Amino acid sequence: MPTPSTLRQHTLYTQAATFFFVTLFASCAWAVSPGDPAPEFDLAGKNGAVKLADLKGKTVYVDFWASWCGPCRQSFPWMNELQAKYAAQGLNVVAINLDSRSADAQKFLAAVPHDFTIAFDPKGQTPRQYGVKGMPTSFLVGKDGKILFQHTGFHSDKRDELEQKIREAL
Amino acid sequence: MIRSLALLVCAALLTACSIDPVHPWEKGMLAKPEMTFESNRLEAAYSEHIYFSKEAASGGSGVGGGGCGCN
Repeated sequence: MPTPSTLRQHTLYTQAATFFFVTLFASCAWAVSPGDPAPEFDLAGKNGAVKLADLKGKTVYVDFWASWCGPCRQSFPWMNELQAKYAAQGLNVVAINLDSRSADAQKFLAAVPHDFTIAFDPKGQTPRQYGVKGMPTSFLVGKDGKILFQHTGFHSDKRDELEQKIREAL
Repeated sequence: MIRSLALLVCAALLTACSIDPVHPWEKGMLAKPEMTFESNRLEAAYSEHIYFSKEAASGGSGVGGGGCGCN
């Protein structure tokens, strides 16, 4: 029969070991903040591959969307406008789809007009690298390949603010 | 001895929730209308409006409409 002092020691060791293992497995948050270089991606697009490296030297508006996300549907007409208005100044809108089933994405694309580059990432590697915390999330990547700003969510009231920021960046 | 080992194993198993949590872009299935708690869309709209006007409480009723994947 263990004595009270050894039993207390034993419990202490167990508690310490438990704490150690719990903190060991805590997931690490991986995100990019403004000023960091934008992570590269090479994804399938509607016609051929879409690579961030190809767009070096241009301002890229990277938007992560999915067919089930309501605000994404609202943001498409606005992104169409953006691409049309600022294409001459070198803005490229790249919308990365994160649907795990491509049928859902195709259904969405058939219903919603889009005049910008669409890329598909069903495995979700790119949003992990960019640290996407909500849907939709967009990043503005400057000409030097660094992230200028990040915006989560979409609301029609915020459209002008975002457009203002993009205009300043161009 | 066995008890502390069992405790350790339980604690290690609990960490599964933090090793790979559900990411915002993986909530497509949750965003389906079948996954909400509403039985009647009109009724749900009325309750949501009442909650908002009386308690200033909004959101939480479905995934995909709030713009951040959590609202």
